[in-house]
Amino acid sequence: MISFGFSLNTSRTIDIDADNFDKCHSLINHVPSYKRCIGCGGCAATCSAQQHSQFNILKCNLLFRRGEYDTLSNELDKCMLCGKCLLVCPRNVNTRAMIISMRNLLKTK
Amino acid sequence: MNTFDSIIIGAGPAGLKAADTLANFNRKVLLIDTDAKIGGKLNLWDRLFPDFSSSQELLNQLSKNINNENVTLKLNTNIISIKNNDNHWMATDSNGNTFYATTMIIATGFDVFDAHRKEEYGYGIYKNVITSVDLEKILSGEVSIETPSKVAFIQCVGSRDEKVGNNFCSKNCCICAVKQTIELKEKFPLTDIYCFYMDLRMFGQSYEELYRRSQQDYGVNFVRGRVSEISPTMDNKVVLKAEDTLLSRPLKLTADLVVLMVGMEASKGTKILGNQLNINNTDGFVKSTDRYLSDSETTLKGLFVTGTSKRQMSIPETMNDAVNAAVIVNNFLNTL
Amino acid sequence: MHKRYWNNYQKEIAEDHYFYARSCIRQTFFSGSETAFLKMMTDELGKDIFDDSRQHTCTGIGYHSDIIPLETISTVIARLFSLMTEMGYENFVPSCITSFGILTEITELWHHRPDLLEKTRELLYKATKREFNVPKNIAHPCDIIYKFREDLKKNMKYQLVNKDTGEPLKIVEHIGCHYAKAFPDRGVGGAEFPHVLVGMIESWGGSVIDYPERRHCCGFGFRNYLVQANRGYSLSNSNKKLESMAPYEPDFIVANCPGCTMFLDRWQYTVAEMEGITYDKHGHGIPVLTYEEMAGLLLGYNPWELGLQIHQIQCEPLLDKIGIAYSPEDKYKDAYGKQLFPPQKPNNLIV
Repeated sequence: MISFGFSLNTSRTIDIDADNFDKCHSLINHVPSYKRCIGCGGCAATCSAQQHSQFNILKCNLLFRRGEYDTLSNELDKCMLCGKCLLVCPRNVNTRAMIISMRNLLKTK
Repeated sequence: MNTFDSIIIGAGPAGLKAADTLANFNRKVLLIDTDAKIGGKLNLWDRLFPDFSSSQELLNQLSKNINNENVTLKLNTNIISIKNNDNHWMATDSNGNTFYATTMIIATGFDVFDAHRKEEYGYGIYKNVITSVDLEKILSGEVSIETPSKVAFIQCVGSRDEKVGNNFCSKNCCICAVKQTIELKEKFPLTDIYCFYMDLRMFGQSYEELYRRSQQDYGVNFVRGRVSEISPTMDNKVVLKAEDTLLSRPLKLTADLVVLMVGMEASKGTKILGNQLNINNTDGFVKSTDRYLSDSETTLKGLFVTGTSKRQMSIPETMNDAVNAAVIVNNFLNTL
Repeated sequence: MHKRYWNNYQKEIAEDHYFYARSCIRQTFFSGSETAFLKMMTDELGKDIFDDSRQHTCTGIGYHSDIIPLETISTVIARLFSLMTEMGYENFVPSCITSFGILTEITELWHHRPDLLEKTRELLYKATKREFNVPKNIAHPCDIIYKFREDLKKNMKYQLVNKDTGEPLKIVEHIGCHYAKAFPDRGVGGAEFPHVLVGMIESWGGSVIDYPERRHCCGFGFRNYLVQANRGYSLSNSNKKLESMAPYEPDFIVANCPGCTMFLDRWQYTVAEMEGITYDKHGHGIPVLTYEEMAGLLLGYNPWELGLQIHQIQCEPLLDKIGIAYSPEDKYKDAYGKQLFPPQKPNNLIV
């Protein structure tokens, strides 16, 4: 193979057709309130971890929902499980249970 | 000379309710519609948001209410001009018949946006791209389809879109889509539904709750992002491209059925009459004198307007507005 | 259900008496296309078209790389128009789609800003003592071929049909951005479903493939290519498009823009040599033709005079499919019949 000094870029597209939703469906079974999220970002705004790191709970939530698990396990470890997000969520999503459940699901094959 | 207290042009929910109310005041009303049946756009919907009540039952009730000696119904009549002569209003139809009355109420309503105009969504090009109006026929059982595995709803088709000259929000499509996703999910429980939106505007009573239920009880997926284009696949499905704006990443989805949530434009009749009398806004809807204090009046004495001829309204709003117009018209007649 | 808003839209295309402007890059990359077009215009259609030896760049590549100021481009275009005016023509036909876009844009600008037109006249006069008229009609050669596609068909020896199966060839068409995306009413059929190449293909017996990435970028994009560090973008876009069309097994791609034709062709070599990927079953790649080459082949013009050997993806399998006669031994002969060295062969792509 020849090196041209540039290469094919990886696609940034979220591919719903990849149908990578097994873990997401399990999460919904464990934490049914997860379905109610409207993406308002209240959780992220109040998050202590986000103030000092790249951690973003809303983004983790959305990536999980789209079946994009690859980068998540390192991210989720940044959550301190303080539960402030639970207090602000207008849709009463059990965000702490959501994080714990996501962590567990990402460990399973 | 055919003389009435009021001629109402348009026998949709607004016209029917206004006729009913005026008849109760013992006023003689001529109710005209270009269509062969009453009900206007109500006929296009099977069940109504947010309570899934039957549109046909509502229509039957409205029809019963106008069935009295004070209301003369004229269908298949296309009014092409309205004139005022010596404090009398005259409406002339395409066959040259003229009808006379002391007052006139414009209830010519809205037209559904013609989805062909958004060519990038492929309506009329790909058979699995349909509109919310087409979907009603599937939901009512009039048209049957095979169980789709994935369905995408696209909001704001013909609304909030300068490209088609419609800057306005049609306001009913958001909740209509939520209603339809639930109905579709009830019909096809295994179907995955994705609803693409720019904003979700749940403005009415119990609308937000219905949205919440569509997520909680039916698992409908909502994606914030406007679909940019739709193209076909080899197996006769279609691919949608959108931006998942909450993740700032492009998103691609293959669907067996796409539902375009078409908006509400001023109807052709509303535009023609509004233009003729010089009482319309730039968007084609008829302008009332003052939306706070005199929302049924126009700048022309004895000419009134009601319902979606003015702006986008839901059905309950339309009918309340029609009652309001009828009361105003009755008061006006009392002063003569 | 089959109402399309733009489908039947026809732009104004002049009937005859054209002033032709060649393209900088087309003369190098598709060296036979422009000559073939002139031949079609005069020999097949009997039109009057003038090919001026004094013509020059439209500044397109510089313009789209942000290095040419507006006054300069405006004045350079004005000089091209002054040549047209001097020779007594009113209909301008630029070979390149970017030139077409630029001429359309500048004349539209002048239309809205008469002061800029006056300024341009002044600048041109100061610099060259020349004067000009704005063309009455600006049409791209693909518009003209589209307009006269049925007349050309009468002279065609071949059709876009597989000679063994009798089936229409499956063709991917791709329209350059500068054809109708800036001004949809300057393109036949508008911007979403342009009809200019579709019309030719359907008239001449072929079928058009409607595939998911039909409207995706070809991958050129000027500065995405011009800077080496950015070429991954360019390559990835072409790859996305080619991957999307590959399952339909297209017989060839036809484009009306030099950038699209060039990059959809040459990047197939790059991807093959970089990743080992080719987009057809046999490893030949998908041939990419200009619309003049497509028309020329059907009219029975010699493939080597059309310059098909200069393409990266070789055309012989396609010629065999249509049943076009050619002599393999003439492939690498120059205009005087002298045998040239054959080019080197790539490792992965079969040529």
